[in-house]
Formats: sequence, structure tokens, C-alpha cells
Amino acid sequence: MIGSIDPVLLIASLMVASTPILLAAIGEMIVEKAGVLNLGVEGMMIVGAITGFIAAVESGSPLVGFAAAACGGALMALLFGILTQILLSNQVATGLALTLFGLGLSSLMGQGYNGIRPPATAALDLGPVSDLPVLGKILFSHDWLVYGSLALVAATWAFLKYSRAGLILRAVGESHDAAHALGYKVIRIRLMALLFGGACAGLGGAYLSLIRVPQWTEGMTAGAGWIALAIVVFASWKAERVLLGAYLFGGVTVLQLNLQAAGVAIPVQYLSMAPYLITILVLVIISADRSRAALNAPASLGQNFHASR
Amino acid sequence: MLRLERRPSASRFWSTATPLLAVLATMIAGGVLFALLGKDPFVAIRTIFWDPLFGQFASYSRPQLLVKAGPLIVIAVGLSLGFRAGIWNIGAEGQYIIGAVCGAGAGLAFYPSESPLIFPLMILAGALGGWAWAMIPAILKVRFNTSEILVSLMLVYVAGHILSAASFGLLKNPEGMGFPGSRNFQQFPAAHNAEIFAGTGMHWGTVTAFLAVIGGYVLLSRHIFGFQVRVAGQAPRAARFAGVSPGRLTAICLGISGALAGLAGLFEVSGPAGQISTDFASGYGFTAIIVAFLGRLHPVGILLAGLLMALTYIGGELAQLTLNLPSAAIQAFQGMLLFFLLAFDVFANFRLRFGRVEVAR
Repeated sequence: MIGSIDPVLLIASLMVASTPILLAAIGEMIVEKAGVLNLGVEGMMIVGAITGFIAAVESGSPLVGFAAAACGGALMALLFGILTQILLSNQVATGLALTLFGLGLSSLMGQGYNGIRPPATAALDLGPVSDLPVLGKILFSHDWLVYGSLALVAATWAFLKYSRAGLILRAVGESHDAAHALGYKVIRIRLMALLFGGACAGLGGAYLSLIRVPQWTEGMTAGAGWIALAIVVFASWKAERVLLGAYLFGGVTVLQLNLQAAGVAIPVQYLSMAPYLITILVLVIISADRSRAALNAPASLGQNFHASR
Repeated sequence: MLRLERRPSASRFWSTATPLLAVLATMIAGGVLFALLGKDPFVAIRTIFWDPLFGQFASYSRPQLLVKAGPLIVIAVGLSLGFRAGIWNIGAEGQYIIGAVCGAGAGLAFYPSESPLIFPLMILAGALGGWAWAMIPAILKVRFNTSEILVSLMLVYVAGHILSAASFGLLKNPEGMGFPGSRNFQQFPAAHNAEIFAGTGMHWGTVTAFLAVIGGYVLLSRHIFGFQVRVAGQAPRAARFAGVSPGRLTAICLGISGALAGLAGLFEVSGPAGQISTDFASGYGFTAIIVAFLGRLHPVGILLAGLLMALTYIGGELAQLTLNLPSAAIQAFQGMLLFFLLAFDVFANFRLRFGRVEVAR
């Protein structure tokens, strides 16, 4: 039974399964590095999923779909930004509101789009490398967004580590008062980080509806946005570990789906719980080490900035 | 130049006025939304807010108000305690489901007994189930410092799968001809949460809602625990010095909200819903978050907010029937309400000032 699972296909589909979470998590990491806790990732993802789906179906081009998804996610993030950064509302409550609103708005927008297949996104043509025996199938037979997400992780890592803008972003997240005193525009920087995070979450959502599933169903993100939030904590706000975390969770998801398909004697429902339970387990292990978890979290995370002088 | 100036303490006037303003703004924005969907906004707003109470079918929909508001109020009162103390239990939906599964399981285990002890036993099992489900994030938070937000939310999805496992397996009706779902409690009188006065919508869940409001009010304004909750939310450091143990507070707040959510689930499954089935989870646990905020985290406010939110549910169903308005529109509408509320809160905490900032030279 278990022998019927092909390890090569398993690893190949792992990369596809992880991409939506990876995109959302890397965006959220930048947001949290700037000191903002946006709990609305799930809402931005699902809005991205439906705007991308509608745009792709109507225009017939997946590329237009992904662009629209990024805009949709960014618009949702802008809403969050206006509320928390300008009107100084509570970030936790506003994030929840964003998720609740996003779920409602997306199913409203998705009326009449059930059961349609979006235009397909072809695998990137990498020439002869794709024909390599094992490696070709695992690494070189995916669509462009899988590689795009990997490049994004590398770019984020370099941005935070080597660029001046990355340093400013981190300064804003560590101590907004000090950054403000140095003359940096805290609110503006945070809004830009939020827009980036929203666009990434939107792309992640559209990856689900346009490539991974590919179909539109209400509430199709099924907690992926929350898992992305958990991965940022797991990664202790480091880009390279976000990649590790996302692929780990992608692996668990794919494995349990394969076990379901292979007809293991465990009821489907218990297998489907696995990704959520493992998320909790990993969170416990990471946060149990109090000193390390506290060291890595941006110091101003979740605090609103109000320039009184 | 417009700028904000922090008030020394939140304005009492604006604290009461913002929910009303938010409802008004949501009606306007909702009207625009409905107009975009091609419906007459005035008719739609009237169908949602007026017709369920005074319209043609009011005699049918008025009792529904209490049926829908009951679980929302019970859950929201529990959540408001934690929210006040900065403890974010957002997994009430999961505790609601587990409470229903445990309570229904306890009742169905004794089918077809007619003992009067069965319903009290189910109530106990429901509360315990919700409590236990909420204690998972509580213990992990206290022991390992794990975010209760993420853990309680993850457990909602786990609870959803447990619900589906229960309706396909353990609690499946043996006489149900293979269909998923448990026995219907309407055919099990000893365990049925029937209306106390026929035709009013008043069942034991609604009674619990009123009790929770009274209990919450007494706890918050007259008991040392309520004082500790308020201090911990407004000045965590001061609370620490006053001897409030953060761990104990987390466990109690999550425990109370979990038990109340479990109770709400039990009363729902044994009454209005009637059985454990895959579509039992209806999102009350999430809507209760909106109710808690709309009620300003105050028990009496929550009572009013719960009734208003129940009105949008019933009005939404009515609009679905008469205007063909999609059910998702109401969900978006409710989300908007929370947005406007949070946005208008700026007036409670800040003063708007015009003119340039004066700088000392």
C-alpha cells in the first residue's frame, strides 16, 4: 500500500504544495520585520485567490490573473494599513476583521465562478535539464512561480542582510521611536511593507486557485494563511528558515494526501488534521526555548506608532 | 493640517457612540455594495433590518432572533473576558464544535433512556468539552509561551475534522440508512433542548445567554477577578506588581470562554440544529468575535450587539429568499461592521486637532 507512493513524485509535488504558503509567509515576514503584526493573511490570500481567478478566466491569461491577485492582496493590506497605521486601531482585532471580511468578500465575488477551470499555466521549459533522470522531475519540471518564489526568498534574504533599505526596515521594526528620531518615515515604511506582504499573500492565494487546485471553491485557503503566520514564528524571522518551514509543511500536506490516496487504514479525517497538529507541535518546540524566541522577534512587533512630537 | 492628539483616557461619549456610528456607516457601505450587486439598496436594507421585526413574516422571524442571538451572546461574553485582558482566544468555533460533539455523544450514549438526568449530563459534557479544547492553547501558552492566537485557530480546523469523523463514524445514526449524521434529538425527548415557551424561540441556550450576561456583568464590575482582568489589559506591568499571575489569568479566561462556547454548541446541537452533521459548524464562533467588539467587550453591550447580529443573519436569509441576495453578502456585511467599528474607535482614543504643530526653538 505505502509502496505505491512514488518518492520522486512526492518530492516534486511537495514543491508545488509549499509554494502558496511560502509566498504568503515571506511577505508576512517582511511585514513583521517592519514591526506590524498582520493577522489577516488568510483574508488577503483568499481575496487574491478569487481576484486572480476572475482575472485569469476573463482575460484567458494566467499572468494577468497573478498580477490582479497581487493587486487584490495589496488592496486588502492597504485597508489594514489605513486602519492600524493611520487610524491606530488594534492590530490583532483589525487582522481578524480583515480575515472575516476577506472570507465574506471572496465568496461574494466568486458567485458564478464555481466549477470553471482557469487557463492552465504550463511548466517552464528548461530544455534538456528537465529530462535528467530523477533530478529533472523533482527540480526542473515546475511552473515559473515555483522558481519565482524561491528567487523571492533569496532576494528577501539579501535585502534584509545587505541593503540599506533592509537595515532601515529592520530599524523601524526594532524601535520605531529611534527610527522616527533619525528621521525615517515610520508609517510610510510600514505601509510599503504591508503592501508587499499583501501582494505576496495575494499571489499565494492565486497559486492555489490557478495552479495547485486549480478551481475556485469558497474558503479554499483552509487555514493556509494561518499556517503561513505560524511559519514566520517557526522561522524566527529569518528568510532561509521560512523556506525550510514552508517545505516542511508542504511535505506533511503532500504526505498525508498520498497516504489518503494509498488507502491507509486511518480514516481520512484524522489524516487531514496532520498539517494543523504538526503546526502546533512545531510552534510549541520553537517557543519553548524562551530566550531564543524573544531575541529574534522584532522588538516593536504589534505596537502602533504615534508620533507625539 | 490634520493631526491626532492622544486623550488622557478614552472618551466615554465616543465609546458609546462609535458602535452606533459603525452600524450606520455599514448600512451606507452595505447599501453601496448591494447596489453594485444590482439590488435596490433601500429595499435591501429594509429587508435586513426592518422586515424580520415588523414585516409580513415577522411572527415567524421574531422567535428566530433569540435562537440566533443565544449562541452569539454566550460565546461573546466568554471571549470578552479574555479580549479585555489581552488574551486572544479566536478558536471559539472549535470549542463550540467540540462542546457539541461531547455533549451530543454523552446524550446519545444513553439512547433511548428517558431519565431526566440525561440533559443535565449533556450540559456538563458540553461545557467540559469546550473547556478542555480551550485548555490546550492555555496550557501551551502558560507552559511553553506558544501564541494562543495561532494554536486556538489551528484547533478550529482540527475540530472541524473531528466533527466530520464523528458524523461519519462514532456518532452516526445506526438507523440512518448509511447517511452521515447522528440521530436527531427531536426523536429523543429526554435529550432534546425544546422551546420552553412554544413559539418564542426561548430555549435553554437563550436562558444561558441571559445568565452569562448577568454573570459576566457581576464578574467584571463586582468581583476581584474582573478587576484583575481589567488591570491586566490596561496596564500589564501594574497587574504583575499587584500580584496578578499571568498564567492563572490566561488559564481562567480561556477556560471560561471555552466552557461557554462548548455550552453554546451543546444547546445548538440538541435544539435548533437537531443533530451532529458535517455542516453543523456555522461560524458562530467567528461572528461572536465581531459581537464582542461591537458590544464594547461589555456584557450589556454584547447582549444588544448579539441581537443586532442575529437580526442581520435573519434579515440576510430573508433577503436571500425575497431579493435573491447571495448569502455571502451578509458575511461581507458583518466583516465591514467590524472594520468601521475599529476605524471609528480613533475618536474615542484621540482628539482631532487642526492647525500646524508648534515646535519649540
